[in-house]
Amino acid sequence: MMELLLGPGIVAGLVKMGVVLAGVMTLVSAMVLGERKVAGWIQDRVGPNRAGPWGLLQPLADGIKFIFKEDIVPSAAYRPIYLMAPALSLTTALTTFAVVPFADRFVVSGISVAPIIADLDVGLLWIFAVASLGVYGIVLAGWSSRNKYSLMGGLRSAAQMISYELSMTLGVVGVLMAAGSLRLADIVNAQSTTVWNVVSQPVGFLVFMTSAYAETNRLPFDLPEAEPELVAGYHTEYSGMPFLMFYMAEYANVILSSAMMVLLFFGGWHGPIVDRIAAGVSPAAAAALHAGVFFLKLSFFLFLYIWIRWTLPRFRYDQLMRLGWKVMLPLGLANVVWTAALILGGWI
Amino acid sequence: MSPRELVFWADAIVAVMTAGTVILHRNPVVCALALVLHLCSVAFFFLLLDASFLFAVQIILYAGAIMVLFLFVIMLLDPAGEGVAGRVGKIQLGATILGAGLLLAATAKLVPLLPGGHGQPGSPLPAGFGQVGAVGRLIFTDYLFPFEVASILLLVAMIGALYMGKREIE
Repeated sequence: MMELLLGPGIVAGLVKMGVVLAGVMTLVSAMVLGERKVAGWIQDRVGPNRAGPWGLLQPLADGIKFIFKEDIVPSAAYRPIYLMAPALSLTTALTTFAVVPFADRFVVSGISVAPIIADLDVGLLWIFAVASLGVYGIVLAGWSSRNKYSLMGGLRSAAQMISYELSMTLGVVGVLMAAGSLRLADIVNAQSTTVWNVVSQPVGFLVFMTSAYAETNRLPFDLPEAEPELVAGYHTEYSGMPFLMFYMAEYANVILSSAMMVLLFFGGWHGPIVDRIAAGVSPAAAAALHAGVFFLKLSFFLFLYIWIRWTLPRFRYDQLMRLGWKVMLPLGLANVVWTAALILGGWI
Repeated sequence: MSPRELVFWADAIVAVMTAGTVILHRNPVVCALALVLHLCSVAFFFLLLDASFLFAVQIILYAGAIMVLFLFVIMLLDPAGEGVAGRVGKIQLGATILGAGLLLAATAKLVPLLPGGHGQPGSPLPAGFGQVGAVGRLIFTDYLFPFEVASILLLVAMIGALYMGKREIE
């Protein structure tokens, strides 16, 4: 595994990092625009339509605005940590993408290309590990702002993320049992030989999806930034670029959890018709086709995120905790037993 | 010096510096964060041994889960501004003696292993050391009994916590 970091593949690694970073950042800005457009449609409004044709340049305008806004640091804030917290949030959100594959390994003119930055044998654990560090960004932002609303938002968020991390992990255990591997590419390919995990473990998917929405602090679970009660939660005091970093981290996390839903439960880049077409073309073309399919599925889940946000009302805090501990956790355990039964019975 | 050694020494410096920050910094939150960084650097040593599972678990459990609770307690008590630094009481004295003893014991063990020393370095790591399969096999064969006992211990702690939480309602 260290060879990935130290071997001759380091140039290829840097190129892939650049591609993935550019891709994720483009998706983030597309999400920002998409969120406002879809919100407009759902509420029977027009949405942003002034910057460029159909408002397509809106993310650019937003970015420029953020850059030119003043970075305000409250005089009572603990400055080093106050400034570090948003960077920590964004770094952890982006680092997780290192283990996300978009297609199978393929060979072009004698060179084996893996469309993934680091093909770790513990890829899934890496995502959970880095995501578990992501909570620090939010907690520290809340604490270092020296503001009661921020502190409450930070603490709520930490409690919420720790609670739902459990059920999220339990929801994935079934997937691991079915695939027998922690490597994301193996999990995807295991689904192409049998059925998609969402078919064999619908409850597991439900638990995972609900927990993912809670982990990313999105409606209906966006309690940490519930504006009627907490102003804006942990990022109340932030402005300019530091605020933008929190904003980007949130969308990067949304993209990551959508990608995980596709990879873990919806067959990744595989599909019934796609695989037949891919078998007949050159390896590089097949990989491109697979990456396209992956992106299509990803787009659907990104849209679902926005759709749900503008459709469902926010939960109350005690309802959120009860749902996590008394519904999602037992359901996750039930899914583990269910998957074990399927494997014992030889159905998957 | 091979790239692997270079990474090792860089990581070792980070580990020592963050450990120093934990005990020397005045702000408790900074100390807790330095401990998080220290635990991550220790996880990186596992990575250098190709023990990828131990690496991930070290971060998830220690840096991710346990330290968040530490930080919670520190933030809610908010001891910043209280003059905790520089106070020498019985606890600090005991901790110093214990720490010095541990350091001596570790040094005595390590010095013979240095280049030019007379000691033998440990045997090479078994295949698959610290990876998912090897750890799983150990837990469910050789260490099955301690593993199950530990789970009962956690269950007892959980029931205890539930009891203490419930008593206030009655």
